[in-house]
Amino acid sequence: MKSICFYFQIHQPFRLKNYRFFDIGNDHYYYDDFANDDIITRIARRSYLPASATLLEMIAEHGKRFKVAFSISGTALEQIEQYVPEFVDALKDLAATGCVEFLSETYAHSLASLQDPEEFTRQVKAHDAMIEQLFGQKPRVFRNTELIYDDDIAAMVAALGFKAIITDGARHILGWKSPNYVYNAASAPKLKLLLKNGKLSDDIAFRFSNTDWASYPLTADKFIDWIAQLPQEEQIVNLFMNFESLGELQPRESGIFEFMKALPRFAAERDIHFWTPSDTIKALKPVGALAVPFPMSWSDEARDTSAWLGNVLQQEAVEKLYAIGERVRLCPDKGIQQDWNRLQASDHFFYMSTKHSADGNVHSAYSPYNSPYTAFTNYMNVLSDFMTRVEQQFPADIDNEELNSLLLTINNQEAEIEQLKREVEMMRGNITHDLTGDFDPDETVPEPEPQAQPATESVSEKPDKKPAKKPAAKRSARKKPADQ
Amino acid sequence: MFGWEFPPHILGGLGTASFGLTKGMAECGDMDITFVIPKPQGDEPKDFARIIGACHTPVAWRDVSWDHVQQRLGHVMDPQLYFALRDHIYADFNYIGTNDLGCIEFSGRYPDNLLEEINNYSIVAGVIARTVDFDVIHSHDWLTYPAGIHAKQVTGKPFVIHVHATDFDRSRGNVNPTVFSIEKDGMNYADHIITVSNRTRRTVIEKYGVHPGKVTTVHNAVEPLSQELLDVPIPPGKKNKVVTFLGRITMQKGPEYFVEAAAQVLRKVENVQFVMAGGGDMMEKMIRLAARRHIMDRFHFAGFLRGKEVYELLKASDVYIMPSVSEPFGISPLEAMQMGTPSIISKQSGCAEILHNVIKVDYWDINAMADAIYSIISYPAMYRELRENGLKEVDQIRWNKAGAKVINIYKQLIG
Repeated sequence: MKSICFYFQIHQPFRLKNYRFFDIGNDHYYYDDFANDDIITRIARRSYLPASATLLEMIAEHGKRFKVAFSISGTALEQIEQYVPEFVDALKDLAATGCVEFLSETYAHSLASLQDPEEFTRQVKAHDAMIEQLFGQKPRVFRNTELIYDDDIAAMVAALGFKAIITDGARHILGWKSPNYVYNAASAPKLKLLLKNGKLSDDIAFRFSNTDWASYPLTADKFIDWIAQLPQEEQIVNLFMNFESLGELQPRESGIFEFMKALPRFAAERDIHFWTPSDTIKALKPVGALAVPFPMSWSDEARDTSAWLGNVLQQEAVEKLYAIGERVRLCPDKGIQQDWNRLQASDHFFYMSTKHSADGNVHSAYSPYNSPYTAFTNYMNVLSDFMTRVEQQFPADIDNEELNSLLLTINNQEAEIEQLKREVEMMRGNITHDLTGDFDPDETVPEPEPQAQPATESVSEKPDKKPAKKPAAKRSARKKPADQ
Repeated sequence: MFGWEFPPHILGGLGTASFGLTKGMAECGDMDITFVIPKPQGDEPKDFARIIGACHTPVAWRDVSWDHVQQRLGHVMDPQLYFALRDHIYADFNYIGTNDLGCIEFSGRYPDNLLEEINNYSIVAGVIARTVDFDVIHSHDWLTYPAGIHAKQVTGKPFVIHVHATDFDRSRGNVNPTVFSIEKDGMNYADHIITVSNRTRRTVIEKYGVHPGKVTTVHNAVEPLSQELLDVPIPPGKKNKVVTFLGRITMQKGPEYFVEAAAQVLRKVENVQFVMAGGGDMMEKMIRLAARRHIMDRFHFAGFLRGKEVYELLKASDVYIMPSVSEPFGISPLEAMQMGTPSIISKQSGCAEILHNVIKVDYWDINAMADAIYSIISYPAMYRELRENGLKEVDQIRWNKAGAKVINIYKQLIG
């Protein structure tokens, strides 16, 4: 018995508008709304909507026997909610069938797993909360941005409580081994690994309508036959691809939807099942551990992280971005948090790649910029403005720890004030109750003060109702000279 | 080969390109190259081509002694050659005005009586064509086309013209009819036309109505710089970032776009200086424009630079800009890249066809130009990436490859 595990990725970044250096400090809106709207609407019309309708039809026809998994980034969901809300409904319909699993990933489709573990954890939690809120499922299997994976990431993901992680069956990792088994991570033995079957996935995603391909035309019969002919022991075929492969990369006219619809029938004939990643890890035991000391991914010829971190431009941009991470997480400002997510999308760095030949063509095909240098310039201008905004919230001359303790004090003060206020109320109540009127309530105030020694400053500040952050900054500025 | 300029006495890119190509072809071996220029000074490199000066070629018979010739011309040519040339004078040109050796005087520059000089040059070419034994005639740029045509008519040998520029580039469309007719004539007589970029090739085909099969692009290249030039010191006391324009300040080179972009950048950035080096008919206009934009405190006119000064300036620069409106090729960004200076070039220049690690903008897009300048001077990674990749890239652009292509064309013509 064999099984097919389908997983579709949906991601769209917020593309940046042409942001000139004059705009730094003046214009805090960074996005090319027209392009973002245009692109996601086009892809939804051509791919997402008809493809999800097809899947829904297949599930209705074959009952519980046809299952798929989705991984949708938070930035993509934001855009879908804004521009094509009907697709959210379609996804909810799919979720309601119980045959669709939603996977966990980083909210921003970011490189946080390589740069900033704390940010990574935050984004995973934010993403899963969003999925749960929309689709009523708590993801149990993790999929990292562009299937980036190494031993450190495995350890982090295991620590977050995930049972399995999805990654690429890259040749340089597998060697002679087959991706059609479940493996486990060398650094976290309990974490199972599902590996993409590159050949069969790309047959659908990239070669399906290629008339130069020797196996053209690809029929469902032929495809299932290939899977059935795999050795008996190889039980799971992981077909991972971008969702827009159905309808956008392989257009409707190529017959891709009919191909998909026919799959379950031929699969049933050969006793091949459809499983979600969770079904797979429940049913199959890992056959061995895979050690991946250096990060790998599913992009470019090298299958490593050079698509995003391959040159000086990319490294600089990523470094500058994550250098302010800790500071940004302290900011309560919603706008800053939103921009922080959107600026982390790996796509921005993908556009800065200076690779040539085949890889370079892929990079430039997706890039809205005419050269990697323009991509870098535009991104850095935006980032400069973003950094000045973060700076305005908290001046850079206070270091993070100091700021942290100040913020902690402020937060504690608020709780303390609450408590004191309640006490005062209570006492006041008691007093008026006891002394029936001719007692001056002000005299009770000094009474609790001795026990609240650390909060004295805040009591005096409370009435002017300024946002908490400002006094913090001012006070520290005043304090500074005294410290030195 | 007929050319107008040859290093070290050059007035523009033509001399550099003619020299580089000749040397590149010599490196490919099995070539005897005779290079005719109007007025050699005697210090031209002679190891890969024989140089004949038009001003040292007799066109009228003078009974002079060997010693006299040796004394007069010994520093530039073998007196034996003088007598060989004298034996091939084909008509009496005494009416032109010749000197004691029967030679015509040339300025070797671009004087007001340029057309007369071009004509005299072609008269001289007739003498040389009858004297020297060769297989192919190769004329560099329109000034020497008439000479090439003459040589072809005398000997019937295949005639190749090398288009380094057309008058459409020089004049932004306001073509001088006399120049156009000389160019057109050259193209008609030529057995093959070599252009320095696909851009120029299109101009030749579309504007001059030449059959596309007759036109081939051979991109220019650069000579590796000597260690001495690479090591030129950066002038001490450099505090600010330097952005440089280097070239003739003429309509073709788009200097006004540089000034406008500079004005934009200076509104935002303090620690940057702009340098415009070179001379030309638009210089005064540019000074007035810069003054009107109130940027003269950080915008400098360096005047015409020579030899080593050019490399000193390039090395001290953080950005090199060539905003040419129409540039057949443009060797100077390649030189900037050799010095490790990141370059911004206009998409309307021929070298944009072969360069990857530069920033390409439309010449009129001063916003994009200003953005690019700002990015390079503000983000160190941008500077480093362009510098390092640029050095690697320009290292691969060699004249011997261009030379090999030209030799191939020769072979096809000789058959």
